[in-house]
Amino acid sequence: MAALLSNSARVALRSGASATSKAGAAGLTFARGKATLPDLSYDYGALEPSISGKIMEIHHKNHHNTYVTSYNNTLEQLQEAQAKGDIAAQIALKPAVNFHGGGHLNHSLFWENLAPKSAGGGEPPSGALSKAIDTTYGGFGEFQSKMNAALASIQGSGWAWLVKDKQTGQIGIRTYANQDPVVGQFEPLLGIDAWEHAYYLQYQNRKVEYFSAIWDVINWKTVEKRFA
Amino acid sequence: MASQTHTLPLLPYAYDALEPVISKQIMELHHQKHHQTYINNLNAALSAQASATASNDVPTLIALQQKLRFNGGGHINHSLFWKNLTPPGTPGNDLGGAPTLRQAIVSRWGSQEAFFKAFGAELLGLQGSGWGWLVSKGGPKGRLEIITTKDQDPVNGPDVPVFGVDMWEHAYYLQYLNNKADYVEGIWKIINWAEAEKRYTAGVENPLKL
Repeated sequence: MAALLSNSARVALRSGASATSKAGAAGLTFARGKATLPDLSYDYGALEPSISGKIMEIHHKNHHNTYVTSYNNTLEQLQEAQAKGDIAAQIALKPAVNFHGGGHLNHSLFWENLAPKSAGGGEPPSGALSKAIDTTYGGFGEFQSKMNAALASIQGSGWAWLVKDKQTGQIGIRTYANQDPVVGQFEPLLGIDAWEHAYYLQYQNRKVEYFSAIWDVINWKTVEKRFA
Repeated sequence: MASQTHTLPLLPYAYDALEPVISKQIMELHHQKHHQTYINNLNAALSAQASATASNDVPTLIALQQKLRFNGGGHINHSLFWKNLTPPGTPGNDLGGAPTLRQAIVSRWGSQEAFFKAFGAELLGLQGSGWGWLVSKGGPKGRLEIITTKDQDPVNGPDVPVFGVDMWEHAYYLQYLNNKADYVEGIWKIINWAEAEKRYTAGVENPLKL
């Protein structure tokens, strides 16, 4: 069975992460104060046919890893600026923290809110979250249509999220440009990457097909935990 | 209501003519699908605008502005882009054929190489989708500047877009994947310096004139 076959790259990443890794805030892992690329809990090919193994591999090993590396570089510069008490330099680094840190956060959350069909991917939400979706959108199908419309409306690179409003406890759909992370008033529940690198090798300009196929590999168990 | 609609401009070269820098597959998708979609959406926005204008529906007119900016920008940017590229090794690709622009570049950046480096760094620093441009500030033969515009924002007049490089992932991903530095390095082999010289010295006519 494909799901039992361990991908060699994944094994390498696991052993590379070693015992110095520990879980940090928001599920992010750190080793000696540095952000590290989180391991996937499934094989690169496990989300096929919704997302090809090649896309998953490049997306995780290259794109996500570049955000991790650049975030660590930015953090180093930030620590230097803080040590010197250089406020201007700290402010100038803000966009880089937002972009690379956001990229790391967003992708870490994204991998976790996906799952192969064999591990429950695509099984609709239940319990309190299901109720909140019904109340807010009038049904799961209506919610999916609204989320797909939000994804399709993104002009440029970005993400669409199902979020929880910390003030009201209500859920809503919001889009974010580039790697802007869900912070502040809203909590991220479910994110879908609408950057072209997330689908282009398989879907090219037919992004609507990607938005429709991804529902088969959404891990609603993770989303429910975030909502609770 | 305007009866004329915008249509996809023909490329001044074959889809495979920019190889090996840009593959035929990328050019076909980029021109026939991506560019065409901006045109379709621009025409739809213009038609909606005409109706809203006729009925004096100001809220709808305001709501349409971002669609016009994005899709009109996409049509303008791609139309300029195709023309400021040329197959490698053709006469247009020789910077020597752009004496006025070359002189201005050298006096601004010290050398061609320094300019290429600065332009490349600007392209690679873009966060998200967008374009890198060499612009002539305020009109033809103005001060040269390297700028980036996000998503499909066009270069604002009176600045002249001397040439532009598309940094959306769809412009290079099928060939270069995440190695966008290689795409940026290769782009110099297909810049149309003859067209750039023309724009720098005489400006750009409305690229979407119907």
